[in-house]
Amino acid sequence: MIQQLTKFERRFGLVISVLVAGAGLTLIGMSEDGLLAIHGTIILAAGFIAALLTGGTIHEPEPDAKRLESYYDDPIKFGIIVSMIWAVFGMFMGVWVATLLAYPEWTFDAAWSSFGRLRPVHTTGVIFGFGGNALIATSFHVMQRTSRARMADQLSPWFVLLGYNLFCILAVSGYFMGITQSKEYAEPEWYADIWLVIVWVAYFALYMRTLARRREPHIYVANWYYLAFILVVAVLHIVNNLAVPVSFGHIKSYSAFSGVQDAMTQWWYGHNAVAFFLTAGFLGMLYYYLPKRAGRPIYSYRMSIIGFWGITFFYMWAGSHHLHFTALPQWVQTLGMTFSVMLLVPSWIAAANALLTLNGAWGKVRDDATLRFMFLAAVFYGLSTFEGSFMAIRSVNALSHYTDWTVGPVHAGALGWVALITFGSFYALVPWLWKREGMYSSKLVEVHFWLALSGTLVYVFAMWNSGVIQGLMWRTYNESGALAYSFNESMVAMHPYYIARAIGGLLFLAGAVVGFYNIWKTTKMDTVQSSVPSGDGLIADDASHSR
Amino acid sequence: MHKDERDPHTGYKTTGHEWNGIKELNTPIPRAILLFIIVTHLFALGYWIFMPAWPLGDTYTKGLLGADQKKRVEKEVAEAAMSRQAALEAIERQDYNTIVNDLHLMALVRENGKTLFRDNCSACHGAQGQGQSGFPSLADNDWLWGNSPEQIAKTIRVGVNADHPESRSSEMLAFGRDQLLQRGDVLDLVSYIESLSGKVPKNADSADSADSDGIALPKGQSIFAENCATCHGADAKGSTETGAPDLTDDIWIYGAGSDTIFHTIWDGRKGVMPSWDGRLTPLQQKILTLYVLGLNEEEQ
Repeated sequence: MIQQLTKFERRFGLVISVLVAGAGLTLIGMSEDGLLAIHGTIILAAGFIAALLTGGTIHEPEPDAKRLESYYDDPIKFGIIVSMIWAVFGMFMGVWVATLLAYPEWTFDAAWSSFGRLRPVHTTGVIFGFGGNALIATSFHVMQRTSRARMADQLSPWFVLLGYNLFCILAVSGYFMGITQSKEYAEPEWYADIWLVIVWVAYFALYMRTLARRREPHIYVANWYYLAFILVVAVLHIVNNLAVPVSFGHIKSYSAFSGVQDAMTQWWYGHNAVAFFLTAGFLGMLYYYLPKRAGRPIYSYRMSIIGFWGITFFYMWAGSHHLHFTALPQWVQTLGMTFSVMLLVPSWIAAANALLTLNGAWGKVRDDATLRFMFLAAVFYGLSTFEGSFMAIRSVNALSHYTDWTVGPVHAGALGWVALITFGSFYALVPWLWKREGMYSSKLVEVHFWLALSGTLVYVFAMWNSGVIQGLMWRTYNESGALAYSFNESMVAMHPYYIARAIGGLLFLAGAVVGFYNIWKTTKMDTVQSSVPSGDGLIADDASHSR
Repeated sequence: MHKDERDPHTGYKTTGHEWNGIKELNTPIPRAILLFIIVTHLFALGYWIFMPAWPLGDTYTKGLLGADQKKRVEKEVAEAAMSRQAALEAIERQDYNTIVNDLHLMALVRENGKTLFRDNCSACHGAQGQGQSGFPSLADNDWLWGNSPEQIAKTIRVGVNADHPESRSSEMLAFGRDQLLQRGDVLDLVSYIESLSGKVPKNADSADSADSDGIALPKGQSIFAENCATCHGADAKGSTETGAPDLTDDIWIYGAGSDTIFHTIWDGRKGVMPSWDGRLTPLQQKILTLYVLGLNEEEQ
């Protein structure tokens, strides 16, 4: 794989690797506490391995110029495998924390395995590890195909993928050691945050440079969404993580914001992470793999446009609905709520556009589990965006806030939408990329589909029930005007639902394991050149394209 | 390469663009979508007119209804407190004896006390007041600080070894760790204490003590008289003055067994109960006192 890089890219890669290793060494040297030194060591090791790989091949000959006639897919393959590893890891952690809620003694009395540390390991593992790698990998695929252009260079995609995974490893290993800045979904400390900024800027530059090389006159919708994802996540990440380290030798930092401003910044970030990481990016995926697999044109270009601009505009305002009935001024809450309600329409336009695209291909949806994954993802997308807007209404929120009712729709979105569209896209993409006749086993795709669907349903129904019961118990008064139930009693009432939730998660995890096995076996199958759809392997020139 | 095609299935034309085989139809926006956009925007507009909504420099549009969530919550909290006061004021007014003998008031105590107890006390004392290691049971008839309502109310109000100025204080010294007693003495003491509650001590043949069973007990008794009787009393029945537990019954705060008793004598004990004065109102404390006494009656 490394031989595919040009000599210059290999040399440049070596320089970057040495710089990374040097950064690790610097952190070790500056470290005033053992924790920073541990992370410095991880960075040093990453830089060292990368330097060995690039340095070891530095005298190899230049790669064949013919490579420029086809798309650059090696990093995509890497991204898919890594994404699936994170999926299994992150979902396993999810099942563990779900079990902890029903059986708290499963921490085994250790600090690293306490709920507060494992929970961000789960969220980071699935959102950033699984979701992030899937987004980066598929974006590399989609931007090349829809631009009819090879990636601008061969080093950047590796820098982005490997750098991003280094960030994820720093994040997750940090949580186990208790390193966190206590901002939900933005837990990593300042040095990891700075590293992610560098990686992310390289990602954005790569995307723009590849788009600039495109041989299509127009930019396809999927690219709008991927670009929105990259650009907005950069803005969110930088602003929310503005902080001052205690010292450069210390892991701890203090946020630039405090009090209600801090809460507002955090939920502006948190909600738009849902919007642009977990929605926009995956809509980019949906907009490519669903029509491709269904063999149908997108139902309406006009709906794509208002869907896209509606989602990007309205989402930005909605974050304050996470802070209803708090110290946040009421007018900010009003704006969050009303924009959330207006947001429902563009969200549903995107879902409807996807579902209507399947008109004329319903037979395929019935027979093809891969397409069914994508279909169901669009349905769950519609469902969870409805609940999001509904629960943003203050009077609904008064019941639902702080209960499991929040956890339910979040997982309808995370499992039903994000994970299903990713699995569907992978099942479509893997045989194309590896030039295989199809997936290793279509039966196992079917098995995965039913495990994923049943797991999601068990999970979501358990949380709806438990959330509403919890919300009602917390607001029931007796005749004397005092609370009728203690918190303790509401916990006892939740117990069966927490067990059900863990079982739902376990089913979903089992599906992911089956999926990983199936993908892995597919990569080991024989190459079948003819199985690649036309236009997917070689970069078509203008003459053959317009035939 | 720009050419319009008609999709045979829907009958709509494509936009003429194509990306690696993906085309788009130029389908117009369905009417229903326009309707939904209008409805949601009108809702938002109406909400902005009636409720606080848009910032204007250092102020904001207040809305026609003049809603203010802070004032509203303060008003609702005050109203709720008033209605609770009305329902429960008889409990506040009457003395303990009257309430205990009033079925209606005791029903109120049980209803409100249960939530108060579970929210504030059950983490240590257990959901049924059964206690757990280190935290005494409140459901038995054994009271460290006395069984009168006034005594129990005081414990709730000031706590034990708490930061309240009038806090009850009680500490068992670390006789072994602080070298007040030798290891052999402590073992003899354990045997003696176990014998008080009618147990035949298992480890009377302790390795460190060469004494036989017959000698350990009198020796333990004299060590007890010199070191322990001040708090636990010469008869070892404890004292509600010092909060020292009765050692002759079969109730053990930290668990029965010679190992635990040895540990208690060696390292000492200093259990803490926080003062609830800052957190609970006098009325709530009174309800809890009566509720805790009620737990005791249920047991009998």
